[in-house]
Amino acid sequence: MSETVKFGKSSVFFDTFERRPGPIRKNMHYCPGCGHGILHKLIAEAIGHCGIQKDTVLIAPVGCAVFAYYYFNCGSISVAHGRAPAVGTGVSRANPKSFVISYQGDGDLGAIGFNEFIQAANRGEKMTVFFVNNANYGMTGGQMAPTTLPGQKTMTSPYGRNTATDGFPLKVCELANALEAPVYIERVALTTTPRIRDARKAVFKAVENLRDRKGFSLVEVLSPCPVNLKMSAQEINAFIEERMEKYFPLGCFRDRSSETFPAPMPPPPVRDPEKVKELLFPRKLNIGVPKTFRNESKIFNYERRIKIGGFGGQGILSLGIMLANMAKLRNFNVTWMPSYGPEQRGGSASCSIILSHSKIPSPLIDRDCNLLIAMTQTALEKYIHELKPNGVLLYDSSTMKRPDVTPDKKVLGIDALDIATNRVGNPKCANSVILGALSVILIDHYLEGEDKLDFDRAFEEAIIDGFSSKPEVIKQNLYAFYEGKKVALERDKAKDNPA
Amino acid sequence: MEYNNRLLLKGNEALVYGALLAGCDCFFGYPITPASEIAHSAAALFPKLNRVFIQAESEIAAINMVIGAVAEGRRAMTASSGLGISLKQEEVSYLAAYEMPAVIADITRGGPGLGNIGPEQADYFQLVKGGGHGSYKCLVFTPNSVQEMCDMAYDSFRMAEKYRMPAYIMADGVIGQMMESLTLPEPAAYDYDPEWKMGRIVDGKANIITSIYLEHDDLEELNRRLQAKYRLIEETEQRAEEFMTDDAEIVLVAYGISSRVAAGAVAMLREEGIRAGLVRPKMVFPFPKNALRKLLNNGHARALVSVELSAGQMIEDIRLAIDCRLPVHLCNRMGGNIPSCGDICDMVKAIRKEIKQ
Ligand SMILES: Cc1ncc(C[n+]2csc(CCOP(=O)(O)OP(=O)(O)O)c2C)c(N)n1
Ligand code: SF4
Ligand SMILES: [Mg+2]
Repeated sequence: MSETVKFGKSSVFFDTFERRPGPIRKNMHYCPGCGHGILHKLIAEAIGHCGIQKDTVLIAPVGCAVFAYYYFNCGSISVAHGRAPAVGTGVSRANPKSFVISYQGDGDLGAIGFNEFIQAANRGEKMTVFFVNNANYGMTGGQMAPTTLPGQKTMTSPYGRNTATDGFPLKVCELANALEAPVYIERVALTTTPRIRDARKAVFKAVENLRDRKGFSLVEVLSPCPVNLKMSAQEINAFIEERMEKYFPLGCFRDRSSETFPAPMPPPPVRDPEKVKELLFPRKLNIGVPKTFRNESKIFNYERRIKIGGFGGQGILSLGIMLANMAKLRNFNVTWMPSYGPEQRGGSASCSIILSHSKIPSPLIDRDCNLLIAMTQTALEKYIHELKPNGVLLYDSSTMKRPDVTPDKKVLGIDALDIATNRVGNPKCANSVILGALSVILIDHYLEGEDKLDFDRAFEEAIIDGFSSKPEVIKQNLYAFYEGKKVALERDKAKDNPA
Repeated sequence: MEYNNRLLLKGNEALVYGALLAGCDCFFGYPITPASEIAHSAAALFPKLNRVFIQAESEIAAINMVIGAVAEGRRAMTASSGLGISLKQEEVSYLAAYEMPAVIADITRGGPGLGNIGPEQADYFQLVKGGGHGSYKCLVFTPNSVQEMCDMAYDSFRMAEKYRMPAYIMADGVIGQMMESLTLPEPAAYDYDPEWKMGRIVDGKANIITSIYLEHDDLEELNRRLQAKYRLIEETEQRAEEFMTDDAEIVLVAYGISSRVAAGAVAMLREEGIRAGLVRPKMVFPFPKNALRKLLNNGHARALVSVELSAGQMIEDIRLAIDCRLPVHLCNRMGGNIPSCGDICDMVKAIRKEIKQ
């Protein structure tokens, strides 16, 4: 080398490396001829040049550069192997004023952390990634990296990388270039002076993009690791220029820096307690009863267990929620538990509601059910065995035939879907029709005294409270509720109900 | 504006409400049943307060994003279920070493492997004993109601910050999926400016966060410091609910959904005149040793029963807490099954019979 690159002195680079344990504080820990040291200096210079030292967060990888924080006087986090772009995402989203640099080796980025890398690139995170491709795992003693060349011998490819079993070297810039989001992608090499000058330009551009909040930049750096590759300085430069560059061509893959505008700063988090409450706390409605209110009917001296089954879209879960809401508004302890996961897969839906004056042990119901509401034949067949002797079965008679059950059970059919479709004009309100019918059963057969009067109001309030943000929906559901009630009452009067 | 602080929520949603009210700024998650509602509700609510929500590419990425956000001095959390928690263990170990807080919800399901989405409590070892590499511990809250999902999420941030360590909220699928009514706490005042924050100058140099201690003595010192912290937590932060334990002959020990069933069983047994009681850990690290040791000398307790949805994980801590000075039985179900109150009663009666003989 006749000419050398003069590194601009940067306040970002420590003079003495006090964070390095042991007596050696003047020299870097890298081997002689290692590319990491050169790249560190270029990055430090670029940070200084851009004036972003104070808010820069350099995320150090696991690899030979794990000790990057010995050298850089800027915020730094040493993270788990391969995870720097994910940590960087957290940093830059949590503090959009930060400038995130992810510094990674080829094992770190190309193998264990490729997903974190490519996903951060794909999201267009505001960060700059420096990717040190030295064709091996430096830190752990020269094993095969994803970038190791075909035929190249390493500790774990002692007979040479066999492309038939080990695949081909990973072209990271080319892969990143398939994505929409990245702003700037370039591959450089740290061998001879002209190449290091080009590398410096690329490093500067990538850090300028960071300063200007343009988005995701990637600079891949072909970097000498003379020690593990067991080569002299000349040999390693020749290896990079003659063999690596053939596989990993240098150059700019993409530069949208000039046409990309700085991203706007996201607004700061809202912390005003009033605003937080406005979002999370429901508005106070003029409903409900005092905290001391207690429903006195004897049936509620015991846990009341209700199961509702049907298929998705019938409002099974929301019918349950209306019941639970009613219980909440009347100071019951209440639990609502949906069937979750694969059970929903076939389109079926069910939920269990338990109300009680005492604490409720488990919210699950698989036996001793007091009330079963079946909206489909399948649900009926599936859950009827859970119904207690003397339990109540309520079913949609417009879609199911009268079920054959033991005579101890009280059975009521209501044309829920018909009524909802034809009288209310919205089949989705079938669940509120059911609720109307249910209130009749409860009031006529189970509730006592004042509670009889209170219960319709309780159901109404549950509907109002449940849909408080949608007045139209409240109106329709209330209408459906009263239609259901009307029909159930007429039936009761006509003694059509054998219950 | 007048508000009503009482509402009906799923456990998973209540957890998000608790976190937001505690001042959590960032949520990073990855979908998994039965924890997904946490991500759903965070996705809906966090952006409305200009807070950060990201659906990460994996649980690993999510917890790393948490690390990044916490490094910036923000309150951050993630949530998953057993399988996803297994993936996060690497970073939980890093967090312990960084001495940085984070809140992680584990809505447990059946294992091992893909198992199923039914409720199990078989993540106990993973969460309580460390789970990742190194000698570290995490705070582990065990809510058993929707109210506690909210309250414990709220408290977990403070405690994690106080002790600078990760905190788990371990709740089974039932507690996560069920709805109950709850009362919301007031939003916490924001007064958070931690010392590890990026951008600070320490000894004239920019602040760094690392878990590397090359010198053996330095790493040993970190470990000693961590262990001292864990001991302090064990001495001062134990949390348990004691239900009818004073004169109980047989004391059940259970957390999460099992504790609700166990409480039901105690009530049934008492009606039959059998003196049963329940110790319900509200946290399992620190483990409520004091509540259990108290039983040793009260002249009533003859046996303990660990009610768990696992092959018997907490039972080891129960035995250790009482130095095996009382027999500890296991009443368990696995695979997503839950014992009924009746199952527990039967077992208690059988144990009683054995004692009487
Ligand atoms: C999870 C995990 N697996 C393995 C390691 C061991 N390890 C440390 S560095 C390293 C390879 C680093 O190679 P590379 O990313 O190419 O960096 P270089 O040292 O070559 O710059 C490995 C495998 C680790 N620290 N963590
Ligand atoms: S092993 Fe290779 S990459 Fe690591 S410091 Fe030495 S030369 Fe550099
Ligand atoms: Mg390498």
